[in-house]
Amino acid sequence: MTSSAMATARAASVSAAANDPLTNVQLKYRSQAVAKPYFVAAIGLFVGQILFGLIMGLQYVIGDFLFPEIPFNVARMVHTNLLIVWLLFGFMGAGYFLIPEESERELHSPKLAIITFWVFLVAGALTIVGYLAVPYATLAKITGNDLLPTMGREFLEQPTITKIGIVLVALSFLFNLSMTVLKGRKTSISMVMMLGLWGLAIFFLFSFYNPDNLVLDKYFWWWVVHLWVEGVWELIMGAMLAFVLVKVTGIDREIIEKWLYVIIAMTLISGIIGTGHHYFWIGAPAYWQVWGSVFSALEPIPFFMMTLFAFNVVNKRRREHPNKAAVLWALGTGVMAFLGAGVWGFLHTLAPVNYLTHGTQITASHGHMAFYGAYAMVVMTMISYTMPLMRGREANSNAAQVVEMWSFWLMTVAMVFITLFLTAAGILQVWMQRMGDTPLSFMATQDKIAFFYWLRELSGVVFFIGLLLYIVSFFIRGNERASA
Amino acid sequence: MNTATPGLVAPPRVPGDLAMWFFILAELAVFGIFFAVYGVARQRDAALFAAGQAQLLLWPALLNTLLLIAGSAMVAAAVRAFAANLVASGRRYLLATLLLGGGFVAIKGWEFATKFGAGITLSSSDFWMFYLSLTFFHFLHVILGLVIVAAVYVHARRGAYDAANHDGVETAAAYWHMVDLVWVVLFALVYVAR
Repeated sequence: MTSSAMATARAASVSAAANDPLTNVQLKYRSQAVAKPYFVAAIGLFVGQILFGLIMGLQYVIGDFLFPEIPFNVARMVHTNLLIVWLLFGFMGAGYFLIPEESERELHSPKLAIITFWVFLVAGALTIVGYLAVPYATLAKITGNDLLPTMGREFLEQPTITKIGIVLVALSFLFNLSMTVLKGRKTSISMVMMLGLWGLAIFFLFSFYNPDNLVLDKYFWWWVVHLWVEGVWELIMGAMLAFVLVKVTGIDREIIEKWLYVIIAMTLISGIIGTGHHYFWIGAPAYWQVWGSVFSALEPIPFFMMTLFAFNVVNKRRREHPNKAAVLWALGTGVMAFLGAGVWGFLHTLAPVNYLTHGTQITASHGHMAFYGAYAMVVMTMISYTMPLMRGREANSNAAQVVEMWSFWLMTVAMVFITLFLTAAGILQVWMQRMGDTPLSFMATQDKIAFFYWLRELSGVVFFIGLLLYIVSFFIRGNERASA
Repeated sequence: MNTATPGLVAPPRVPGDLAMWFFILAELAVFGIFFAVYGVARQRDAALFAAGQAQLLLWPALLNTLLLIAGSAMVAAAVRAFAANLVASGRRYLLATLLLGGGFVAIKGWEFATKFGAGITLSSSDFWMFYLSLTFFHFLHVILGLVIVAAVYVHARRGAYDAANHDGVETAAAYWHMVDLVWVVLFALVYVAR
């Protein structure tokens, strides 16, 4: 092709792009674009989380891998903390995108949202660097943990000063969104989203109380952890899923809102007293074994309803949205959240079962699939739907979507295998360590189930490849636009 | 589906708001599981449960059963009255439901007071744990049922319902029937079956 022919072709494609509604889409509200850095940061931290997961997975089978540079407990802390932080970035990005659109007005203060972003990112990064650079006890000393001791509890390991930072970030975020909602249209999606986000911030406050009494300490700890993931986060998830489904299916809001209300009611009925399934062995009164079992046995119901909800509205869709990848993520969220959080949670929630499985690889298997299926996937659903819009098109090119869908399947199938291998490891662990006539020690059992840890690590590598492909999908342009 | 007689067969429809029925199903699931667990625990320690049950008074529970059933009859009568556009008697039936439900709460409250007065707590024994959990959990549902019926009553006084539109009354009635149904099972399991 001559250079003039190329120039003509380029000009033609540019003018075609300008006239093509799919490649020249404007955001409804310009301020929604503040969500973009949040999503980019979320994906970046997600990569970090998986890297540390791979390191730790290897340490399960090669005990001194990277020791003493990255001890197992540090790798674990970084893996879980990065998960929480990237999900929070995802929720915030989702909030900044969703609330203006639902409220039908610009965000109260886009500038504040950007300042908040940088504060949160720098604080998060410094905390992770702190975990890796100095021993945890030293970190506690440097950050003045003595003044207000909050450190040392699983998932809430952040130095007190970081926790205060998180509260300030959350307050700025909630102020910004609440002002937007108050001045604009109020929908059930935005109300449920705000209820979830306010709940998230309020329950985090329990992390500042660190009583000496271990039983009390566990109560307050679970009031953060459980009331987040089995309470208010489910509301955030339901709102995000409903938002994307309204957009990609064109189904009447009224139908989607009714589903949302029922799901929320079920979440709260089962989830609040369901906290009792964490009280079985912490020194709480015995009746919690019955209360916790009965109520938490119902916790799969809201997740099952979310699956039904997603498939139902997609089947009855009134339009073919060109963003097929986003629809795939939405459906995948429904299925995987039900399997991971619902089914795998139920597996060990009844007190007589949990008596044997508590703290084994069964818990780890549930944790992995539940966090991925419910929260990682719903954030990726949101990113998948919003990112093309923020980049000026309704949907990515066909080529980019194909790669994104490949990444969906690689990550999701890999996660299914991680869960199955950990479940197998867990069952063997319970059998050898806790059920036989001549039970083995913890470490002897670990040696015997090493095979499954290798398989899990292999699945983890596949997951990581899927994640890299996911990132690649953002950079694929492709000439052929996705067909509606 | 019957297509031969169009217009004669009403399309299938649940009375009241569909969301309430989901809620009712969920509530029934909670109570159902609770009853099943009670059954298993009772079978494992029959003597303990028999001893506990022997300390329960049958007559207040029987009286409460009658109050709730009468309440159900009244709320059903209210639905029929509104459907027939007899809004004044509909309101009176709703008020009767509230009074009967209030009677339940008073008697049950007295029963709880005597049990707490006797030093019985959730940790006294497996039987008392189930007794208190089941009856108190149900008690909260009676109170919620009363709140719902009261809200409908207030709306009714403002003239919100008539023959064409009384979905709210149907929704409240459905919930009240659930509260009644659960009590009948609870009464049989905890008080009567010894």
